[in-house]
Amino acid sequence: MIQGTDIRGQAADVIIIGGGIIGAACADELASQGLQVCVLDCQRPAATAAGMGHLVVLDHSPAELALGEYSVRLWRELAPQMPENCAMRNNGTLWLACNEEEMAEAERKHAALSEFGLACELMSGAALAKAEPSLRPGLFGALRVTGDGILYAPNAARWLLQRQPERVRQQHAEVVEVQGNRVRLADGQWLQAGAVVLANGIHARDLCPDVPLHAKKGHLLITDRYPIQITHTLVELGYVTSAHKGNGPSVAFNVQQRPTGQLFIGSSRQFDNEDPTIDAAMLGRMLRRAMDFLPDLGQMNGIRSWTGFRSASPDGQPLIGEHPEQPGLWLAVGHEGLGVTTATGTAKLLAAQLLHTPPPLDLDAFLPQRFIGAPAHA
Amino acid sequence: MTRPVDLLIIGAGPAGMAAALAAAPSGISIVVLDDNPLPGGQIWRDGPNAQLPTVATEMRAQLQRYSNIHLHSGTKVVAIAGPKRLLLEDAERGWVLGYEKLILCTGARELLLPFPGWTLPGVTGAGGLQALIKSGVPVSGERIVIAGSGPLLLASAATAKKNGAEVVRIAEQAGRRAVSGFALGLWRWPNKAFQAVTLASGAYRLSAHVIEALGSDRLEAVRMQTGSRVEEIACDRLACGFSLVPNTELGSALGCEVRDRAIVVDEWQTTGLTDHYAAGECTGFGGSELALVEGKIAGLVAVGRQEEARAHWPERQRWQRFADRLNQAFTLDPALKTLATADTLVCRCEDVPYAELADHASWNSAKLNTRCGMGACQGRICATAAHTLFGWEPPRLRPPFSPARIATLACLDEPAA
Repeated sequence: MIQGTDIRGQAADVIIIGGGIIGAACADELASQGLQVCVLDCQRPAATAAGMGHLVVLDHSPAELALGEYSVRLWRELAPQMPENCAMRNNGTLWLACNEEEMAEAERKHAALSEFGLACELMSGAALAKAEPSLRPGLFGALRVTGDGILYAPNAARWLLQRQPERVRQQHAEVVEVQGNRVRLADGQWLQAGAVVLANGIHARDLCPDVPLHAKKGHLLITDRYPIQITHTLVELGYVTSAHKGNGPSVAFNVQQRPTGQLFIGSSRQFDNEDPTIDAAMLGRMLRRAMDFLPDLGQMNGIRSWTGFRSASPDGQPLIGEHPEQPGLWLAVGHEGLGVTTATGTAKLLAAQLLHTPPPLDLDAFLPQRFIGAPAHA
Repeated sequence: MTRPVDLLIIGAGPAGMAAALAAAPSGISIVVLDDNPLPGGQIWRDGPNAQLPTVATEMRAQLQRYSNIHLHSGTKVVAIAGPKRLLLEDAERGWVLGYEKLILCTGARELLLPFPGWTLPGVTGAGGLQALIKSGVPVSGERIVIAGSGPLLLASAATAKKNGAEVVRIAEQAGRRAVSGFALGLWRWPNKAFQAVTLASGAYRLSAHVIEALGSDRLEAVRMQTGSRVEEIACDRLACGFSLVPNTELGSALGCEVRDRAIVVDEWQTTGLTDHYAAGECTGFGGSELALVEGKIAGLVAVGRQEEARAHWPERQRWQRFADRLNQAFTLDPALKTLATADTLVCRCEDVPYAELADHASWNSAKLNTRCGMGACQGRICATAAHTLFGWEPPRLRPPFSPARIATLACLDEPAA
């Protein structure tokens, strides 16, 4: 790995490919550490613009929980400085249990998060009905995770890219080839830096075919503006217990109300489908599911729907670190649906490795080595 | 899902009504969808203050006489549910309708170009003003300025005058040579000659266009450029009609080819997509007479009566020539693309000013960075303006094509019958 003083390339100390939320957070963090950063972005629609901006701590594994908790904490620390157009809110997540089995999952989750020091509480069906009266009556209960939040990720990314202009330079360019710490642009020009960071989500595959990423297609829909009636981000626990389990296409209830009053409705998941057009049947299923939880939703107007692709690694955790076979090429990809949530933590983990400083979390679960070859320069 | 209908016609303007009436004698089942409360389209829009021409009332009466024609007024197409299946919505319900053949008669809408003050209350489109008046909005005694280009200005002025407004100015952006050339050619189309008479109105100015709408809470005056002179005209309403833009979005979403802002059809009014036809303004602006004959041809072809359809080709050609002359005479002056200033809103839904858009290279980039086009109109107004101002290709529509109830959209989960 390279020491700070050695990172003196031609274009910058570090070139970051991708100006989405991951690239922006990495640029901001590396700049804070004194590095000159050049961010190359080709302005194609990608996951940052497509996602829900839900800051949510998941706990499929201890590593995921650790990175999620750390990252959301960092977002909350950033919140006071963020401009209003980032629409950051610490509104909390309600994990909804429809039945006893899902309530058991809520209790398990409650224990896991509490043990980790996260503020959360179990709610009875009656307490849930009081907290969110728009929900259909008769739900079993819920788990409230108070530290979770929402933000408008495209503006958050823009803000992170713009707030240290003396160290972060943005360039509108498409990268067509990567070789270690060198990149070739669409116009044929080669750029070089001390390090190159791939932070372009699913498109990392195009530049580095051995990065094991799969696209998981999702649909979202947003409504017209309505008076605020939902305060938390609402997610069904079926999201973890049944709806999104397995490899078939699935839908799960996930709704938040933006500060604009618009209801943001998800979610769907489809594998091996890289067609960005809207799958009408999938959209219909997703909305039917949402109406099942929020009966009044049916009479509200949907104004816009779109799709996006989650960039998933085989174990669902991101790849953060140097490419084992290409010295100088670093990866910050494979965040699946959690890119916005874990962007801040990802940036810290990447910077610690690049600059040889002690990492704030255990790195093992995120190192690219778990999928790609053996370290070439061990 | 209900049983598929033999022929589905989208739009009950002149083209759609003509298509339905031409196809109806075959006895097949026909559904005509229209988003207005009553058939007639924009040109024959009905309302308390409307006076419809005889041809319009007769066609409406005939539509009712055929038991195999079902008219769904106040109904919009929300999404494509699958091959030959559309998701529809009216005030009460949403449902999926299948069809064997489809004729697109989706008409045209006004091109709204941004200029300083265009979002002030009191500023509308020229066709918008006509629609307001016909729906019963009183304009008696109001001072009205009508600006833009083409015969729509005159039609709009006529409606306003008939309802007691004082039309203080009609500003035609085209120059004397273009307009008089067009007017002189009108002898070829005798029933169009009345418009030439209106050209002599004292309020009519050539080479004139709006620079700015003035007012604090609502419109108070208009600053106009007439030739090299700038003047301010006090008024209560400003109606702008720069041109009409064919509604090609549904055709495009279905997969029909769109070229030069119009759905591409051959001499049989067929699109490149099997069993899909298009007629009227959505295939290029041409006026109601052209729309009627195109609709008739499409309706006949859809029921296999090609020979009868062919007999209408000369008539279509005649009106196409008229349309070509018209479009040539009233070509928009590029100066109209530079009226907006840095802070003029282009996207009204998301409050995006001109300056925020101008630096972008494409609609996608602008949308991604400014939220332009992400509001309830889905860019129908601003993407069309941006196409004219910056040359950006408008995006392909995604469902919902216009705001629709979630309960309607949930019907998309129904499997095909």
